[in-house]
Amino acid sequence: MGRIEERFTALKKEGRKAFVAYLTAGDPDLETTVKLIHALEAAGVDIVEIGVPFSDPTADGPIIQAASQRALKKGTYLEKILAMIVRLRRFSGIPIVLFGYYNPILNYGPEKFAADAASSGVDGLLVVDLPPEEADELRQYSDPVGLDFITLIAPTTDPKRARKILRRVTGFVYYISVTGVTGTAVPRPDDVRRDVKRLKGMTVLPVAVGFGISTPAQAATIAPLADGVVVGSALVRLIGEKGESDDLIPAAASFATEIRQAIDAACPPDSPVK
Amino acid sequence: MKRTHPDRHGHFGIFGGRYAAETLMPALMELEKAFRAACRDAAFKKEFAFYLHEYAGRETPLYEARRLTEAIGGAKIYLKREDMNHTGSHKINNTLGQVLLARRMGKKKVIAETGAGQHGVATATAAALFGMECRVFMGEEDIRRQAHNVFRMKILGAEVVPVSAGTATLKDAMNEAMRAWVASVRDTFYVIGTTAGPHPYPVMVRDFQSVIGREAKRQILKKEGRLPDLLIACIGGGSNALGLFYPFLDDAGVAMTGVEAAGKGLSTGLHAASITEERIGVLHGNKTYLLQDEHGQVRDAYAIAAGLDYPGVGPEHAWLHDTGRARYVAVTDEEAVEAFVTLSRREGIIPALESAHAVAHAIKTIPAMAKDKIVIINLSGRGDKDAETIAESREEKE
Repeated sequence: MGRIEERFTALKKEGRKAFVAYLTAGDPDLETTVKLIHALEAAGVDIVEIGVPFSDPTADGPIIQAASQRALKKGTYLEKILAMIVRLRRFSGIPIVLFGYYNPILNYGPEKFAADAASSGVDGLLVVDLPPEEADELRQYSDPVGLDFITLIAPTTDPKRARKILRRVTGFVYYISVTGVTGTAVPRPDDVRRDVKRLKGMTVLPVAVGFGISTPAQAATIAPLADGVVVGSALVRLIGEKGESDDLIPAAASFATEIRQAIDAACPPDSPVK
Repeated sequence: MKRTHPDRHGHFGIFGGRYAAETLMPALMELEKAFRAACRDAAFKKEFAFYLHEYAGRETPLYEARRLTEAIGGAKIYLKREDMNHTGSHKINNTLGQVLLARRMGKKKVIAETGAGQHGVATATAAALFGMECRVFMGEEDIRRQAHNVFRMKILGAEVVPVSAGTATLKDAMNEAMRAWVASVRDTFYVIGTTAGPHPYPVMVRDFQSVIGREAKRQILKKEGRLPDLLIACIGGGSNALGLFYPFLDDAGVAMTGVEAAGKGLSTGLHAASITEERIGVLHGNKTYLLQDEHGQVRDAYAIAAGLDYPGVGPEHAWLHDTGRARYVAVTDEEAVEAFVTLSRREGIIPALESAHAVAHAIKTIPAMAKDKIVIINLSGRGDKDAETIAESREEKE
């Protein structure tokens, strides 16, 4: 069992929901990224999505675009991110998903990337612009080394296509709660409830919801409807605002704590998915 | 040569495909279905042909450039006068096709990206013609370079959305257009201007543009009684080139050369010659040759012609390069500007700076060809828009 599945299994036993946090690697720098992940883990984040910065992030809104640019200016490339994960793994068992675009991976070499990512301690991959139709060129290498391949399902994905996608997802299903890029719109709970319920009927895998959840209140609204919530842009915005100042880590930790508490308060142990 | 491309997911050999976020995948499939259905529908084809003829002003002349031929000395030169189209370039062929398709699909809003502004103007024009709401994404640097086209788009009722990210040119405009499409995909049609993007765009744009090559073939057979020996066209994303080349692909005796922008020189890194650099990458939904650094980050392209200022190239061109069916070369800003002046002075035709790249290559290569050979240059657009850029480049020199 991989770390992602273990974590969801443990959460399920406790009747709790997963808190997945996204941050862009190398913003403000990779050393701080390690510290941030420690702080987030201590604040109750269950899974961390580490964003690999790309020059042309076409699925991301302005906040993550800006973070990617800052990280690239600091020379945050795939090799260095994997080395950072090796350092992180010395004292952290948090499940790690690498989140990014395909070109840096293609340039690295998909086979070498899969091997290096797995040996560095990465648990899953989420490659935004690698839909199932194109994914085999990476999965032929990443599946055998045990990396989960987390796949997006969008509000525009029809049930027939969703079923096809779900046959091959591993780890968890990432449901995009808004029709738009990251961090630019607010999900409608009724739609999310309906769509996640439909997905749960098609898969035994956990379903996490993300792309528009930025406040504790929104996390509290969405958490009961799914197995987990992803908070990305709001955290990245905070990191961007604090930059290299001393209160970055405490501020990120207290934001994560608020989200954690909101999720837990909204989902008392053993309450079923609504 | 046997053509089996693309496969059902839009792959030309290893190139092309559909590397898009899931939110767009259903829309791309819906679009493909609608496009295929339209292609089979005689009424759609008739309507498209009607607007190309009655509205865009086709067919465009295949003009024998005698004074240019004389000046260069070598093969006989014909110019395919796409600059004579309504709106001043070949771009209208494609936007009429796509906006007609959008209308057929019941979409009332269109968005587009633009570099030089030619595609933006052509989209705004087609949108005005069919009463659709139009938003055009354009890099701030291009807005500065092509103020005249910005003005035209606004007059036509389009909203021009400035894009300040990256180098604020075509690549960034396309990023922003894709983001806008993700957010509005249910009611909005994205009119891509070149033979790039996720499948089915490269095929669709090629098919709408191949009217250029079909006409040229008919015209040259009528004038010369035989096929040409060489086709030359400039390459940014590659839509005017593919439009000319495609109907000749099975004619083994017809050589074809695509001309990329070498900018300030290939060794300076300031260029847009992605095929010449031969590094494979994925951007804007397709796998192709892509300018990138050693970490797989996309490099900024540079070209004096805004319409060539793109770090990728249509996947079918990448494939034609790989198979050796077409040849790809690059000419510098300086050579393009010189050709711009030569054609203007010799023929009284001011070419777009983009098209001047094709003319520049012709000037270099044609003297080595025998006088009985025939060359067709695609004159993809007119150069009125470039007067200021030319003036600036001359000032720099002086």
